[in-house]
Amino acid sequence: MAGADGDDSLYPIAVLIDELRNEDVQLRLNSIKKLSTIALALGVERTRTELLPFLTDTIYDEDEVLLALAEQLGNFTMLVGGPEYVHCLLPPLESLATVEETVVRDKAVESLRKISQEHSPVDLEVHFEPLVKRLASGDWFTSRTSACGLFSVCYPRVSSTVKAEIRQHFRTLCSDDTPMVRRAAASKLGEFAKVLELEYVKTDIIPLFTALASDEQDSVRLLAVEACVSIATLLPQEDLETLVMPTLRQAAEDKSWRVRYMVADKFSELQKAVGPEITKNDLVPAFQNLLKDCEAEVRAAAANKVKEFCENLPEDNREQIIMSHILPCVKELVSDTNQHVKSALASVIMGLSTILGKDNTIEHLLPLFLTQLKDECPEVRLNIISNLDCVNEVIGIRQLSQSLLPAIVELAEDAKWRVRLAIIEYMPLLAGQLGVEFFDEKLNTLCMAWLIDHVYAIREAATSNLTKLVEKFGAEWAQNTIVPKVLGMANDPNYLHRMTTLFCINALSEACGQEITTKQMLPVVLKMSNDQVANVRFNVAKSLQKIGPVLDSNALQTEVKPVLEKLASDSDMDVKYFAQEAIS
Amino acid sequence: MVYGGVHLILPAQDAPRCAPVLRRRRRAAAWTLCWPASPPSPPPPPICHHHHAAQPSRGLPPSPLMGEDTDATLTLNHHGFLPDHNYVTEVVLGVAPLLLKGVQTDSRTPPLLHHLSMFTSVLLLTPPPLYPIDPPSQPEALSDSKVPEELRPSCPPLSTLESSPRMLSPIQVLCSDITTLSLEPEPFASYTEGLFSILFFPKADIISTVEFNHTGELLATGDKGGRVVIFQREPESKSEPFSQGEYNVYSTFQSHEPEFDYLKSLEIEEKINKIRWLPQQNAAHFLLSTNDKTIKLWKVSERDKRPEGYNLKDEEGRIKDIATVTSLQVPVLKPMDLMVEVSPRRVFANAHTYHVNSISVNSDYETYMSADDLRINLWHLDITDRSFSLFLSDIVDIKPANMEDLTEVITAAEFHPLHCNLFVYSSSKGTLRLCDMREAALCDKHSKLFEEPEDPSARSFFSEIISSVSDVKFSHSGRYLLTRDYLTAKVWDLNMESKPLETYQIRVFVHVCCEPEPLSDAAVSHCKTLFHVHDYLRSKLCSLYENDCIFDKFECAWNGSDSVIMTGAYNNFFRMFDRHTKRDVTLEASRESSKPRAVLKPRRVCAAGGKRRKDDISVDSLDFTKKILHTAWHPNENIIAIAATNNLYIFQDKLNSEMH
Repeated sequence: MAGADGDDSLYPIAVLIDELRNEDVQLRLNSIKKLSTIALALGVERTRTELLPFLTDTIYDEDEVLLALAEQLGNFTMLVGGPEYVHCLLPPLESLATVEETVVRDKAVESLRKISQEHSPVDLEVHFEPLVKRLASGDWFTSRTSACGLFSVCYPRVSSTVKAEIRQHFRTLCSDDTPMVRRAAASKLGEFAKVLELEYVKTDIIPLFTALASDEQDSVRLLAVEACVSIATLLPQEDLETLVMPTLRQAAEDKSWRVRYMVADKFSELQKAVGPEITKNDLVPAFQNLLKDCEAEVRAAAANKVKEFCENLPEDNREQIIMSHILPCVKELVSDTNQHVKSALASVIMGLSTILGKDNTIEHLLPLFLTQLKDECPEVRLNIISNLDCVNEVIGIRQLSQSLLPAIVELAEDAKWRVRLAIIEYMPLLAGQLGVEFFDEKLNTLCMAWLIDHVYAIREAATSNLTKLVEKFGAEWAQNTIVPKVLGMANDPNYLHRMTTLFCINALSEACGQEITTKQMLPVVLKMSNDQVANVRFNVAKSLQKIGPVLDSNALQTEVKPVLEKLASDSDMDVKYFAQEAIS
Repeated sequence: MVYGGVHLILPAQDAPRCAPVLRRRRRAAAWTLCWPASPPSPPPPPICHHHHAAQPSRGLPPSPLMGEDTDATLTLNHHGFLPDHNYVTEVVLGVAPLLLKGVQTDSRTPPLLHHLSMFTSVLLLTPPPLYPIDPPSQPEALSDSKVPEELRPSCPPLSTLESSPRMLSPIQVLCSDITTLSLEPEPFASYTEGLFSILFFPKADIISTVEFNHTGELLATGDKGGRVVIFQREPESKSEPFSQGEYNVYSTFQSHEPEFDYLKSLEIEEKINKIRWLPQQNAAHFLLSTNDKTIKLWKVSERDKRPEGYNLKDEEGRIKDIATVTSLQVPVLKPMDLMVEVSPRRVFANAHTYHVNSISVNSDYETYMSADDLRINLWHLDITDRSFSLFLSDIVDIKPANMEDLTEVITAAEFHPLHCNLFVYSSSKGTLRLCDMREAALCDKHSKLFEEPEDPSARSFFSEIISSVSDVKFSHSGRYLLTRDYLTAKVWDLNMESKPLETYQIRVFVHVCCEPEPLSDAAVSHCKTLFHVHDYLRSKLCSLYENDCIFDKFECAWNGSDSVIMTGAYNNFFRMFDRHTKRDVTLEASRESSKPRAVLKPRRVCAAGGKRRKDDISVDSLDFTKKILHTAWHPNENIIAIAATNNLYIFQDKLNSEMH
């Protein structure tokens, strides 16, 4: 008989086990997450003979419970008795690999892949490989899709006869009836190719690749594009032309825009995989076509890749290719009908200037930048402005400033507050690149105008913008340009503007330093403690708390403390509260 | 995955642009709108004892969303009724005297609301979803297994083809009819059955969609009360040849609840507009069901094991004494009676401003589309917070302010059964458009337009209404399209856009008007008749317009080999056309004429004054309230399911051979 001590230690485990079948999902989930504790208490023997059979049949549960279970089982090797018994984990994971929920299945496959490494080569052939075969020839496509992810982990570690079987199974799945399975096979094709011997890549994988790339369903074909990248890296250069390129060319001109989109999206990877020679002969024209595609989604994806593509061109004739082939297409895209295409281009086009050098940038790219700065779509303008640093390095920003200013002003006054917010965020960057003089001359008024914007988020962003500017230009600059204006707002008839003064002071005090804070800001704050609006008064209390650390102790004692004490006896409850907070 | 087009960020509601336009049958909609289908918690005391073994208790674990629905129901009782109170008054006054006997009056409530609340309380007492199929209580659904051999109806005579070209016999009539109910918990028991049936009929039991799954083993129906009932075909057994293929209730669940859209002050009724089965992916079955706004994905699965053994309590839930717990026990799974579980898997909401009229699952197994009056959305089955508009009628973006200028709405849409990139949608102007998703992300340019040139001489006020396509179906081969408009069913060849391949007259209501079918011969001499015909047609259409029948949306169906088409009509008649022999037949689905296992007799409708054969029905005696709008054909066999208001009829080909 176990004594009282034994019961005590048993109790929490007993609760956990009982909660495995509690009606509350949350409790079940908790219990599953502590499965290792349960297994530890049961010992390896009972875990294998009792717990695992029970878990194998719990696939009726909620997805989140199953997901947690699938994850747990991946780390269970030691709890069932080490690598020797790791195969006991296969049945529950097998049943999880057939559920309909994709995330659960994927997690089960992930765990299976993990524990496959812990199988000895013999166990792998005796236990793991039959499981893969069972899944691959299952009745329902859920199990067959799961099988696709398991071939590559067991292939390298089995005997050559089993290898041949695995290849055969993979072939069968690639021509499965259901598009789901073909998609799963197509997405694992590259991975599988990597573990195969080169001769089999040529004899097995290439025909499969070609077949999948000309599948009747475009959702399958587009996955073959991804596989193309990994297959191309595996093959020696001389085979690429005959084995991969026909399929790739076909994909770039596919009837379905989704496949072409995929090619555009993977273009940089493809470019790296096939090497400079093929890039020059094949990919350049293909890329030109994608940039001129009739579907806007494809053009946008290709436009996104313009910079990367140009960067990766072979250096010897990079400039010539860009100037004669790519740039004409880019010029057209600048005036595209679709704003997504234009904004995709605007986010990368500035990067071309570093590749092309100063003269070309001034002659060819600058007009494009200027056009985009005047674009009707604010996103395009924003993307240009946010990447100004690239141009700044090459030609200096002065070339642009004439056009830049109207663009910034227009964005600053855009009717949409999110656009205004975006441009505020670029202000410190712009200020840094344009220099103090230009900023004082042109942009300072804008920054001050935002302080009295009717949207709080803008006022807030304007405040933190000021802080960043002061950090950049220094306290002296702040004292001359910003501080007087900010403090002037303390007398504004609108209490919201008066409060903005306080917020600015909160933000600026640290950057401005003790002297400015004590001499200029503090008197204003203290004066505002007599404001008739309670919101302003309690913000005074908050401000005083905030700027306290910056002030010297003398000012704190003689000036701040009396004011706070006065506020602490205010008639308004909130003012009292915040004043007391500040005093303590 | 790559999709393009217009991205809808879903939680953002579309601006409340317009009232529930585009639904001309507003009155009729208001009628059903008002009835909460199932009571808010707590569930009503069961008055119906017909609980089928396979029917799960109504205590399905409700999704969080369904919980919200329940709240909406409660609100609906107070807000929901008000906008259309004139009409409701009409209803309520009709029954109010009855109700007043049973319920205490509260003087503070305004009379109308009071009636309504009483009305609701009556509804609370109505039985939960019922297709009560318990054999003994349902004579029509008599299970042969319980009948001694000699009492069983003998095999119907193998009548000759002449007398019965379509030998269909009902194998079952499944229904939820008031007359078979006993009303046991008593509050209103003093009323006669007849009076109750007035109350009962317009309610939630009217079947609004019927759909076989891909193997035909399961049949799902949806009704106006937001319920889905799934029937399963019993396996054939050699010992009882007659019971083969009987469909019995497999599971019943509440799919949608009435809701109230506060932004637009719109009631969203719970009526199931469409059900579509997903291709089977594992042992469980999945189906999509939709009401006007929200599409839900359901999982229907079986469970035959349950865990047993607790550490700290026994199976009845009594807590064990801790001192007796000396070792840990892991639960063990024991076999149990088969239980069918239905659980909500996904809810696809907030993507439709107008009423969803169709959903269709793509052959790529991962996407489906939903169409409303002006928009077609593409969804990924795993993703509920994003959808992609494949098609947007111009008007949605260009002239939202002026809905009067709307000339055309989408009436139905379907994916090609084999090619994942093709879909077709039909319009209220009678046209069909075929779109190829490969060409562009937004399919606002069609690849093919199927349209029949209008005959200018036949033009009338009604021509646009009657040419509106109410349903479109791809044939199983994917080669043909079947469409239904008010007076005809048409078969189109995908390769011929100029005119339909075949046109079949439905003769919905008048035999005579369609009699001179070959209009071309001796046109002059027929001129007078023709004039007559059109005249008669026009007057008939006038009355159908007035009683809103002209807006009825009849569905149509192909048989498994695409050789026969079927569609519904009035007076519980449905029509079948053989495409090869060009023969057609009218059959009736009624409880009187279709006894189980009897062979259906063809029916004829004759003109008012014309010669009548025995059994012919005069055109004037047709009942326009009995309409068969929803029909479905088993994917491989000659089994059809016909929804006639609140009854579901399942007929089977007696000869077990092809229909022709």
